[in-house]
Amino acid sequence: MGRLLLVLRLAWRDVRRRPVEAILALLVMMVATTTLTIGLALNDVTDHPYEQTKAATAGPDAVAGFLSENGAPPASAAVDAITRLPGVTAHGPLMPMAHTTLTLGRRTATVQAWGREPAGGDPVDRPKLTSGGWVGAGSVVLERGFADALGARVGDHVTLGGRSFRIGGTAVSAALPSYPSSLCHLLCFAGIAPGPHAFDLGLVWLTPADLATVHERTTPAVVYLLDLRLADPAAAPAFAAAHGRETAPFLLAWQQIRDADAGVTRSAQTALQVGAVLLALLAVAGLTVLAGRRTLEQTRRVGLLKAVGGTPGLIALVLFVEHLALAVLAAAAALGVGRLLAGRFTAPGAGLLGSSGPATLTASTVAVVIVVALLVALTATLLPALRAARSATITALEAPARTPRRHGRVIALSAALPVPLLLGLRLIGRRPARAALATLSTAVTVTGLVTILTSAAVNARDTGGLHNLRTERLAQVTTTITVMLLVLAAANTVFLTWATVADARHASALARAFGATPDQVTGGLSAAQVVPAAPGALLGVPAGLIVYRAVTQTSFSAPSVAGLAAVLLGSVLAVVVCTAIPAGLGARRPVADVLSAESA
Amino acid sequence: MTEAVLRTRKLRKEFGKGDGRVRAVDDVDLAVDAGETVAVMGPSGCGKSTLLHLLGGLQRPTGGEVELGGRRVETMSERALARLRRDRIGFVFQAFHLMPELTAVENVEVPALLAGRSPRAARTTALDLLDQVGLADRTGHLPSALSGGQRQRVAIARALSTEPLVVLADEPTGNLDSAATAEVLRLFDRLHRAGQTLVVVTHDARIAATADRILSMRDGALVDQTVLAGAA
Repeated sequence: MGRLLLVLRLAWRDVRRRPVEAILALLVMMVATTTLTIGLALNDVTDHPYEQTKAATAGPDAVAGFLSENGAPPASAAVDAITRLPGVTAHGPLMPMAHTTLTLGRRTATVQAWGREPAGGDPVDRPKLTSGGWVGAGSVVLERGFADALGARVGDHVTLGGRSFRIGGTAVSAALPSYPSSLCHLLCFAGIAPGPHAFDLGLVWLTPADLATVHERTTPAVVYLLDLRLADPAAAPAFAAAHGRETAPFLLAWQQIRDADAGVTRSAQTALQVGAVLLALLAVAGLTVLAGRRTLEQTRRVGLLKAVGGTPGLIALVLFVEHLALAVLAAAAALGVGRLLAGRFTAPGAGLLGSSGPATLTASTVAVVIVVALLVALTATLLPALRAARSATITALEAPARTPRRHGRVIALSAALPVPLLLGLRLIGRRPARAALATLSTAVTVTGLVTILTSAAVNARDTGGLHNLRTERLAQVTTTITVMLLVLAAANTVFLTWATVADARHASALARAFGATPDQVTGGLSAAQVVPAAPGALLGVPAGLIVYRAVTQTSFSAPSVAGLAAVLLGSVLAVVVCTAIPAGLGARRPVADVLSAESA
Repeated sequence: MTEAVLRTRKLRKEFGKGDGRVRAVDDVDLAVDAGETVAVMGPSGCGKSTLLHLLGGLQRPTGGEVELGGRRVETMSERALARLRRDRIGFVFQAFHLMPELTAVENVEVPALLAGRSPRAARTTALDLLDQVGLADRTGHLPSALSGGQRQRVAIARALSTEPLVVLADEPTGNLDSAATAEVLRLFDRLHRAGQTLVVVTHDARIAATADRILSMRDGALVDQTVLAGAA
């Protein structure tokens, strides 16, 4: 008990003595774990708006579709075969759906036009009007999410298949995923080649008579949809799997519709989870540097602890406890902030009712976030703690700087280089592990940026001028991750440069005493970061493409060479900029003071 | 009479502000001729090392002038000061200040490499200098594998690697035992006889005895000068 108290007291005093470093460590871990929290929390929040909408619109538990190549309705026997299946308790009328093109002003979109009776009041699936009235002759209703993306209002006129219609109203429904997550009912099952804007389909309700006039102008192929109510809605996927076929009939469970709706957030969720891994790696790199610096500065204290009987285990424990406590704090803060922010990424859009609100964090989310924070702290602290524990008492009491490594080849190679590179390479040779961290940090950052660039290139397809919630949300998430990646990478570069400046204080002062100019020393300190960052940036390009491929499981066209080159050169240039100030300050320390204070 | 290569006029250096102001160097007038060895002696904290730092351009004076090889030092930019240290000054420190990860020869060639000499030329000069200081068989040793006296001889070789106008030595035997001190003494004596201009700050009377002149310093000021027998 006394030993535990001693460890806690020592850890607490360390944190109080170095509050800025403690706060930096906390923030670094928090950035990574907040991103992870948001990514995980999205699992828990996307169901509610769909379920609210399903309840409010008497949404179907399953939807049956019959493809008709010539437009004729399916045989009644085929329909009866579905409606009389065990477990089906009610069904709506058999209604046709065709695909056509909708134009509003200069905006054009491919839509699924669904014929519905003007009387309404079907037992299953009653789209809820959010403005205006229901369908009538010459009057159509637009799914609200689609209307919002199109910028359409009640009273506007749209052209469907070449014929003008008045927008009579807007509505929401749970029978089909809302824009832009629309499932490709007709185009895909009929094997019709999609048009230029056919990825994100809009939904328009109109009377069957109007639909007949529209679809005659485009293609004879029609899908007839039948909404079903099941005795056991939870078993809808099993029902669909047991009785559905590829074309006649295909069956869609309500859970599939819900999941398609959640597609708006799925891309964002994937981006957040990948981003969280990359940010965690950056956090490890940053924390390792901070932990290493703290260990060096505490060498004398480590020696004193040992001198009064402290064991190597106790010394390592103090370092671990400090960082693990900060990790738990960071995780707690990240869970709170992440829960609040998750709602921003999961607002359902206009296609569904209600709002998601703050996320409800499950026990598994909480556990994963805490474990990741602890792992980040543990990984970053392991080497410095072991090094501290292994230091000899007398050596530690004399508090010398850690002996630099010698790399004969680096020293020989550097002799032929200009002075800044000579100094920079020799600094790298003195601390190869720190150079490896600089490589890792840049590689992770460029990996993230290339992944985001690839995602942006893939998602930057032509939407015909329509707002697209999915791409907008993905852009929002990737922008957030990009900013976090850049902030953490910049912080890491500054940490690394400061650590190098502190470690190379004596070497820099000697170089200046023997004739190196402050600019040459600044260049050397900067080169010690830029030289290892360059291969990291090069590694990050293929790594980013591989990560994108692995995460999305899709083939894709790589971003433009110009874009990749911009990321590559920009990241190296950013390292140069981030090192400039600490390196410049480090190179201008008074030489006489440093040499008087330190002995070789 | 030989012309002074190093000269100061009313040289002053103050630290601190207000009541805490300390005058470490107080109106020092000094002239060191080419080939002359000058020893600066005095009690600890009297300003000897600060004077040496001012002469070498490692610190800037509060007032007065420093002139090296006919060029005013105190008005120089940092870049010009760096060039001056690189081309005209060699430093020897009490604590050796060798790079622990570099071998003896690599340490010696550092100033030549910083001066832009080719690696081959720098290496040849460094090996020659190590031979001159009696360390031809220790060129590939790290400082940790050398004795105190050997380390200081490496440091002296390093100070000579760019053929400086003047060598400034700060307590060169301060960290050495008697045997090592004797090694360094012999080396300074050889440098003196070879015509190298030397300014040595020291507590060690044996080092001072090898000089042409001994300057005594107290409370930042030069209070006495002794010209030794045989000096010009």
